[in-house]
Order: sequence, then structure tokens, then C-alpha cells
Amino acid sequence: MGTDDGSFVADNDELVGDFLVESYENLDQIDVEMVRLETEPSDELLASIFRNLHTIKGTAGFFDFENLARVAHAAETLLSNLRSGETVVSRPVIDALLAAIDAIRCLLDDVTTTGTDGSDPYDQVVEHLTVLTRDAMSTGETDAPDSDLVSAPLGGSGRDDANEDDGDDFFFFDEDEAEDEAEDDNEDKHNGEEKGETKEVGDGGDVAEPDSNVDTVPTDPGGPNQPTTTRSKPDFLDRVETSVRVDVAVLDRLMNLVGELVLARNQVLQYRKHNTEQDFQNTSQQLDLITTELQEGVMKTRMQPIGRLYTKMPRVVRDLAVDCDKKVTVTTEGEETELDRTLLEAVKDPLTHLVRNAVDHGIENPADRRMAGKPETGSIWLRALHEGGQVIIEIEDDGAGLNLDAIRDKAIAVGLVGTEEATEMSDRDIAQLIFAPGLSTAKTVSNVSGRGVGMDVVRTNIEKIGGSIDILSTARKGTTITVRIPLTLAIVPALIVGCTEQRYLVSQVNLTEVLQLEPGGDPRIETAGNVQVLRLRDSLLPLVHLREVLGRQPVDLLESGADVAVLHADGVSFGLVVDTISDTEEIVVKPLGAHLKNIEVYSGTTIMGDGTVSLILDTVGIARSAGLFRERAHLLEEVADEERSERRAVTVQVLGCRVGTTRVGVPVALVKRIEEFSVGDVEHALGQDVFEYRGGVMRLYYLREALGMLPPEQQSAKLPVLVYEHRGTTVGIAVDEIIDVFEVDAESGLSVQAPHVRFSGILGRREDDLINIDEVLELALVQSTSSGLLGLKGVQ
Amino acid sequence: MSSKLYATFVLDDILLGVEATMVQEVLAHQQLAQIQLAPPEVVGLMNLRGQVVVTLDLRGRLGMPAKAVDPSMVNVVLRTPSGAVSVLVDSVRDVLEVADHDLVVPPVTLSPHMARYVTAVHKLDGELLLLLDAVGVTEPMVLS
Repeated sequence: MGTDDGSFVADNDELVGDFLVESYENLDQIDVEMVRLETEPSDELLASIFRNLHTIKGTAGFFDFENLARVAHAAETLLSNLRSGETVVSRPVIDALLAAIDAIRCLLDDVTTTGTDGSDPYDQVVEHLTVLTRDAMSTGETDAPDSDLVSAPLGGSGRDDANEDDGDDFFFFDEDEAEDEAEDDNEDKHNGEEKGETKEVGDGGDVAEPDSNVDTVPTDPGGPNQPTTTRSKPDFLDRVETSVRVDVAVLDRLMNLVGELVLARNQVLQYRKHNTEQDFQNTSQQLDLITTELQEGVMKTRMQPIGRLYTKMPRVVRDLAVDCDKKVTVTTEGEETELDRTLLEAVKDPLTHLVRNAVDHGIENPADRRMAGKPETGSIWLRALHEGGQVIIEIEDDGAGLNLDAIRDKAIAVGLVGTEEATEMSDRDIAQLIFAPGLSTAKTVSNVSGRGVGMDVVRTNIEKIGGSIDILSTARKGTTITVRIPLTLAIVPALIVGCTEQRYLVSQVNLTEVLQLEPGGDPRIETAGNVQVLRLRDSLLPLVHLREVLGRQPVDLLESGADVAVLHADGVSFGLVVDTISDTEEIVVKPLGAHLKNIEVYSGTTIMGDGTVSLILDTVGIARSAGLFRERAHLLEEVADEERSERRAVTVQVLGCRVGTTRVGVPVALVKRIEEFSVGDVEHALGQDVFEYRGGVMRLYYLREALGMLPPEQQSAKLPVLVYEHRGTTVGIAVDEIIDVFEVDAESGLSVQAPHVRFSGILGRREDDLINIDEVLELALVQSTSSGLLGLKGVQ
Repeated sequence: MSSKLYATFVLDDILLGVEATMVQEVLAHQQLAQIQLAPPEVVGLMNLRGQVVVTLDLRGRLGMPAKAVDPSMVNVVLRTPSGAVSVLVDSVRDVLEVADHDLVVPPVTLSPHMARYVTAVHKLDGELLLLLDAVGVTEPMVLS
């Protein structure tokens, strides 16, 4: 080979590439095994680590990566001592070995970027390993008197490895023997003194210079560790025979082609409807079947078990735990859960970040844990499972949980939320704040976390691939973070919906069911304020009109009878009212492109069976654009929830109030606070009665007026007010008297059709109305904005 | 003396050019999928042999009066860093070879819209060829 006119490495780009890929994989495995070794040493683990490291060393020597081979060799020698029992597994030993693994990884990085293994010989690492080896050996029968770093590990037990080495290397490289020879010469020419020295020893069985091992194979056929060698051979053979390395780019290309094939197939299937010729029918049917199978097959090649990500975690956790003086174990479940490799790649960093966070922030130090009555060793669980076309990854720790107060304070300090707002937020909402940019509650900035970037990036990255992230934290018990990501992004089943003349697609993943509305006003539809809801079984479903979302001419579809696709996303369910719902189709998702990606209601495009381009609707985007995530939606949901609980639990908690001579009830869940104001404090501004309340101005409405009653003849000095949140602002609703909280039997009466009244029930012993505050406010707002004073006037 | 090839086309009565290497292909009228809520310059999406390609009308961006899309218009598909982008023009003309030293800086009388995207001008017989920054002119507009 061209060793005369250029570097050997340059001539073997492809081989080096293979070596790098394989070595990185081996290192990952070594990482996992090493951490396991620390807690549960076993010969099997040692043998496996040894084998993997050995492969790296052998190949590194073959390519003349001296530094790499030297570090690997030193580590291997120490491992060999572990195997023979001359050294016992201990923290310093594992530390030294892990340091060596890191050094090897850095050296491999150098090879990747520069083509050489750099100039750093990692002397310290090697020396450390050597010292550990020597310490052990000094207690053994042989001593290594050599002070030379390179040759120090070569005495005594070093010979044993050489033997194993030889076996493997021989197998690995036997066809390249001639090249080795040539290479050796070449090497000697430009590597001067040190090289010569190494080589000298190497001929006697040196492993830091594995090129020469090939030569020594025949003369060194057996050794104490021979059985391991012979065992490792079939392993390797098996792997070669059953798997082939394929360039990811080739797979991607294949996937694209299959995508095109699916489109072509869809087109052919369209013709099938018009062409009844039997031959054509048969052939197209066959094409259909084969395409589907091919598609599944190709998809499978891209699927990888999530265990590939997990392998890095024990090492990450261990190192970090050592850094923070904590004790942490990681338990992984669902390693076999598969997802598309592009997605796997995309969740790698966020997941690592979350795990690091769990160690750094979640798990307490051993002393604190003991005080809290927990085992000193903290636990982190990583779970993965498939659920409804999604992959769910959970990261759970049994640490201290989030410090919600700290988050709240910090959020206020950085101006993320107002003080008022923050005090009103639920714990759950506070917890979600950690995903906001610029928020870190770590008191000190460590090299792991605390800089306040991170969780927002994690969320952004997860959302970028169509996933979502959620956090649940219990003080002193721990934190669970749930990440949901789609299985694959490339080909998805979708529902075709029509709106005006165009067809759109909705991913089946977001589809719950499809409904048809009765023409002429479906009785299941109710209007609350300006929101239409559909009563579906035991829940209220807000309706969103696709025409409205897309800014098209609205048509009274409810009158003419329309189709509704019930969609769910991000915890919100809604009914999408469309002109027609026709069919489902397997679609190949294509990106929107730079010009359209900012339109939130679309998530992608596709080419339909007839060759036209159609847009894929983004369920979350539509919900957002329709305002379903805002306060109002929240309320609707609360009402719905409450109504659901009414049905199930039959009773609902109601705050009974007196207005004039009637008593009305307001669902307790809707009332934020009950206050009593002095009438003198009411101020009049802009035709509105207002109060100064918690540093802001709160508008005041009078339930009496909204219900069409006259002002009282005699006004008491005290004014009971229900503080209520409406469209993001706090408003007060004045009543005459607050009576008590009652349990209302919700089943007892649902028939009242009076305005604002949701239903009648028995409060205490009397019959009262349960009012719909939201509607009352809606009315009050309309009045006060349309005619100023007409709305809800003062009390005087 | 170095020179470059320029693909030229007409928008209203203005002769525009882009480097010929930027042009992927020229297509007659294509069926376009309309996109609700899209920025005004996006005319629609076309199916270009299985690729979804966005079609732009550059008139607005170049400060020219709007004109309804009609079937006589031609798609010039440009290779841009973010993939193929098609530009609707009234008609295409020849590919011209222009020596670098024959290019002059755009006149100051150019409208500000034009000035943003015209990189150089070449004088032809009785006509000016305005050379466009093909990448810049097809980039999504940044909302200000």
C-alpha cells in the first residue's frame, strides 16, 4: 500500500473511520461495565472490559496511534492485574481506569479531527495506572524494576496480556500482515529514538506496539489466559456475520426513497378506483402490500433501542455523584423501547441534562438524606415505554423535590411573573416555571448546572421534535420529569379534512374520534359566552372552527351540519369543526420550509395521492391560535372538570351567597378569595366601580345588577366580594351576603333555562340557583364597554 | 479576465438577472397549493417531482405594484441554502455572459426596495440588467 508516499492513515480513511465508530461504541460499553464493576465485581465483567479495551489497543497500534495504544495498554495491564487478583477493585483503581477511558476518548476525538492521535501522551494518566499496577505487583512475586514509563508495565504479568493480544490481533489483521511489515519500517524511519526503544521491547512481547504482535503470534500461541482469547473470537465472528454497518446517510436516502414510493403507491391506488381491469387490480394490490412491508422494514432499520442512550447514564451519574459527594444509583427500565434514530439523537442531550440535574439538584447529600430518614444512596429511575404512538421517557429521583418557594422568588426577582401573579399560581404552575429561560435556583454555579440555561433549552429541544415535557414534584419525596416524543417523524397516518376547497391533514396521533353534527343545530352544542362547547358524554368540549382559524369565510356549519374531529394535544381536548372529513392516508411529512415555518397552525406539508401539495395541521398550534390555552380555556376545563366530578361524585362544593332575596351558588373552585370591603373604599373611574386591591386596581361588578335586580334600598357598610379571575385579570363580584359553603347534589336539577343559571339545586334546605359567573361577567363586560355607565353602576 | 453567466428574466418591464449557477430549472405554470395565513409574498407550494417547493412573488419585496398571478407566468427555481425556492416571473430571457469588469455599482436612483437586493448593474443596448442577490431576495422576510 502507499506507505512510501503518504501517511498510512490517510490511505486508510475508511478503515480508520470504522475503527473510530467501533472504538466509541466499545468505550460506551466499557463505561457502563466499569461502573457496574465498582459495585459488583465479576470475572465476566472484567473479561468483557478487557476484551473491548484490547480491541481498541490492538487497532490503535495497527494504525500507529502510539499515544492511544500506550494509554490503552497501561489500562489493560492494570485490568489484567485485576483479573489475576493481584489488584483488587477499589475506588482509586476504577477512577484511574475511567480516567484512561476519558483519555482514550479524547485521543479518538483527536483522530477524528486531525487524523493523528495528537501530541499529548497523557503521561499522568499512564503513570497513575502504572503506579497502581506496580503497587499491586510489588506484593506479587515479580517486580517491575523498569522506571521507563513506556516499558514499566511490560514486566511480569504484562506478558500475559501480550498473549491474548496476539490472538486477537492476529485474527483481526491477519490479511494485513504485509502492510504491517511495511508500516513497521516506515514507523522506524520517522519515529526516532523513543520508537526504537519501544520496538525493541515490543519484539519481546510488548503490547504498546501491537503491530509487531502479528509477528509474535506464531511463537506465542498459548498463555495462561488463552481460554478468554478463544472465547472472544467466535463472539467477534458472530457479530460480523449477523450485522453490517451501514452509513446513516444511506439509510436516510433509503427512507426518503421509500417515502416517495409510498406517494407513488398512493397515486396508483387512486387509479384503482377508476380502472377495474383485473390485472391492474391485482398488481396494484401487490404493490400496495409490498410497499407497506418495505416501509415497515426500512423504518425498522432506523429504529434503535433507547438503551443506547442509557448506556452513558451510569457513567454520567457516577462521575457527577463523586464530584458532588453524593451517592446515587441509576436504575433503567425499558431499554428495548425503540425509536427513530434521528429522534434518539435529538433527545440525547436533553436527557443527559435532566439526569445530571437530578443528581446535582434532586438528590440530597448523604447527611441530609439520613436526616430525612431516607437511605444514604439516592436513586434515579429511567423508564421508557411506548404509549399510543409515542415514546414516554420518565426520569424520576427520590430527592428533595423542587424548592417551589425558591423558584417563585427567583421568578419574581428576574421579572418572569409579578408578585401578585406568583402568589396566585398553583404549585404545579410554579414547577413549570423551571422551563422558563433564565431561571436557576442553584445557589452556586457548579460546572454542571446553575447557570440558568438548560431547562429551557431542554424544553425547546424536546418541542422541536414534536415532543412535550412535564414535571411533577413532591417536596421531600422527589421529582418526576416526563418526556413524550413521537415514535418517528417520517411517515404518519393522517386524517384528511376539508375546509372550503382545500384539504388538510391532521395527524392520527392527535385524533380521539370523529363526530357528525346534526344539521339545524345539534342539541349537544351549547354556547357559553362566545365559546361553543359540545357536550360529549361526560365532558364539555370546546369547539374550534377551522375556517375561523384559517381566516376563511365563516359559514354556519352548525346549521348545515358539519364534521368534528376531536383532537387532543398538550393536555387540551377540543373539537375541530371542518366542512368534511373524508379518509385517512399514510403521509410522508415534509418540512414547511423557511417561509412558512412561523405559521403556528401548520406543522408540515405532504404530497397527496393525486400529486397535490397539502398542509398538515398542527394540533397544538390550532389550540393555541384559538386561545384554548389561555385563561378562558382553563376555566372551561375547570368547569368541565367540576361538572365531571359533579356527575361522578354527585355533589359539588358551592359557595352560597345572598343577593336580594334570592340565594345563589357559585362553584367554590372558581372563587379565588373572599374579601369584605368597606363601601367607602369603592372608587369610581371610567364609568366603573373599582377597588384598590393588592397594589393594583380591581374592577367591581354587582351580581345584583347582572341578575337584573334593583339596587337595594339600604346599603350596608360592608361589601362582601368574591375575588374571581377573568381573562387574566382579577375582578371582584359584590354580593349582599356570603352564607356558607354547601354540598350541592348536582343530579337533582339540571333543567333551569334562566339566563346565567347553570342549574338549580338545593342549597341547605332551600332551592337556589347555581350561577354561571363567567357568563355573568361576559354580560357585564359587554354592557360596560358598549355603554359605559349602563353596566354595573355604583351602589349609591 | 473573469466573467460569469447570468440567467435573466423580466418582471413588469425590468430586466433582472441572477447567477446562472443559482438556477436549478425553469418551469411553465404549475399548479400551486394556496396557503392560508402565509405571508403575502408566498404564492403557494408546488410539487416538484416529490419535493415541496415554495413559490414566491418578488414584486412586493422589490417595491413593484402587485399583480395577480396568471398562467403565463414562469417559475424560476433557485437553489438556495435552505433548499429550492421558486420565483414567479413574467418571462425568462437569455443566459448572458458578463465580464466582471463590465459590472457597475447600482445607481443611487434605485428605489430603496430594489437597492436592498440589487448587487450590481450591467448596461446592455438600451436596457439595464439588474443583478439580484438571489439568496437574499428569497430569504424569508424578517418581521420588523
